[in-house]
Amino acid sequence: MEPLDRDLEEGLLELPSEPMMLNMGPSHPAMHGTVRIVLELSGEMIQKADVQIGYLHRGFEKMCERGTWTQIFPYVDRCNYVSPMLNNVGFALAVEKMLGVTVPERCQYYRVALGELARICDHMICSGAMCMELGAFTPFLYFARAREIIWDIFEEETGARVTHSFGRVGGMANPPTKYFKEMVRAGVPRVLQLISEGEKLLLKNRIFLDRLEGVGVMSKEDALALGWTGVVLRASGVPYDVRRAHPYMVYDRMEFDVPVGTTGDNYDRFMCRQEEIRQTARIIEQALDQMPDEGPINIEDPRIILPPKQDVYTTIEATIQHFKIVMEGIKVPAGECYSYTEAGNGELGFYLVSDGSGTPYRVRIRPPCFATTQGLEQLITGLMIPDVVPTFGSLNMIGGECDH
Amino acid sequence: MSKRVLEILKSKFGADIYETHSQFGDDTAVVNPEKWREIARFLRDDSQCAMNMFVDLTAVDYLGRQTPRFEVVLHLRSLERGHRIRLKARIGDDDANGVEIDSVVPVWKGANWFERECFDMFGVNFKGHPDLRRILMYPEFVGYPLRKDYPADKTQPLVELRNVPDKLPPFGIDEGMPFGRQTHDYPRGEETN
Repeated sequence: MEPLDRDLEEGLLELPSEPMMLNMGPSHPAMHGTVRIVLELSGEMIQKADVQIGYLHRGFEKMCERGTWTQIFPYVDRCNYVSPMLNNVGFALAVEKMLGVTVPERCQYYRVALGELARICDHMICSGAMCMELGAFTPFLYFARAREIIWDIFEEETGARVTHSFGRVGGMANPPTKYFKEMVRAGVPRVLQLISEGEKLLLKNRIFLDRLEGVGVMSKEDALALGWTGVVLRASGVPYDVRRAHPYMVYDRMEFDVPVGTTGDNYDRFMCRQEEIRQTARIIEQALDQMPDEGPINIEDPRIILPPKQDVYTTIEATIQHFKIVMEGIKVPAGECYSYTEAGNGELGFYLVSDGSGTPYRVRIRPPCFATTQGLEQLITGLMIPDVVPTFGSLNMIGGECDH
Repeated sequence: MSKRVLEILKSKFGADIYETHSQFGDDTAVVNPEKWREIARFLRDDSQCAMNMFVDLTAVDYLGRQTPRFEVVLHLRSLERGHRIRLKARIGDDDANGVEIDSVVPVWKGANWFERECFDMFGVNFKGHPDLRRILMYPEFVGYPLRKDYPADKTQPLVELRNVPDKLPPFGIDEGMPFGRQTHDYPRGEETN
């Protein structure tokens, strides 16, 4: 046994300088999704981070190459399951761009109103989940209560609360219900009120602010080069919103502001989301005011739109037409197109390749949070472990979308 | 607006721009894969193009439809000028030899994960990529799932499935997809599980 009072050389007294490896995830209570982050730590500082995704990969693009164009709607629902309506509309617009059709005005307003409701849901849940991961459970309950109001509206309109599969090429599955406008007009102010109450619990909380302010700063140039879009890019100070830069549907008739951050830290991302909820409420109000009460929802093209159920059951022509659309699919002209819309997280793109048959040849989804999540590595390098949680939360990574 | 970009490209690179079109309003240039990175860098740095936003990078497999077999597709946007362009390069032969192209990570670092995904799904080898490994699939995965000759019903469980009699495997062949383009429409590579 060695004597305890042996002389040690100076060098041996130093702490071991080997970096420590720490594994966060894939299933971690404080993480925003199923993601694994392998951290290389020096003390508590992150020296290197490796973000590993793919735990929710379900082969979306491969599945799309097998069914008809219409059968893709349930799949896109499940890509971003927090705001499925925006994905539905985005995909419908992409196919309509290839077909060269435009849906009637009433349908455009309907799509805008439903899509913006979904956007409120998306932003709210992101903010709520982020607070919850930071230990503030109560605001999440306020936001979940508000989400319930929106989901009730969706349930009334589409019949489903989460995955609606409500979009169709050339229209929507059903026209608005009789009391759609009343429901939304009554619901949105209550949602905004609940959000303000939830915010009151957070924005004067020193702990919450300290963990957000100045943490996870992303510069404007880096955000652009990383392919960031949506709220995270705007929080870095780039006023790029697809709804404003390349207006689609009726967004050019809407009056709304694009909230922009200054420093691009977690606080800016949080506040941009909160402000965008209020701007979204403005858009919904205008859409409801301008939306006609009468008029068709679907385009009138028997090659694209299914005949009314009444006719399918009573006439042979409609039965055949129904059969051909369901079994063979809509014939989309051969070629390729890239269509982009502003989804909850940013620019949601669909790159479609058609060979002229009823089945897509290739469906490529450009999920906004795939690009966002790849910036996480840069954001958390140099920070401490507890900073990973709010930084990751503020990026709003949606597993289903990110992992296709 | 972005027709101009196509004209600038044609006047600058001439014969390296194989063809251009503007189908559905999307301006597209098919370029020489050898000049892939050079053209990308020009598009970013030229003041009239200024494509500083990396949007998307993916590939399409045209097995049996065109040679070269793969098309690498890059979408770009300019923040200041608001125009977009699609850049394509055709690579690889029918047996998937020579499926390689220069990486554009040195030009836009956002291309990193997109190229990894493209490598993972199509086996496109990006020369000069700093960290080319699988991203969505697990490292033990064999093959490239989005290639047209990869059967859609093939399963590669990471943990061996238990062999329990009277129990069906998780998915039958073409389950739930009795119509549309079928797996057996494509030449089959190897035995499915």
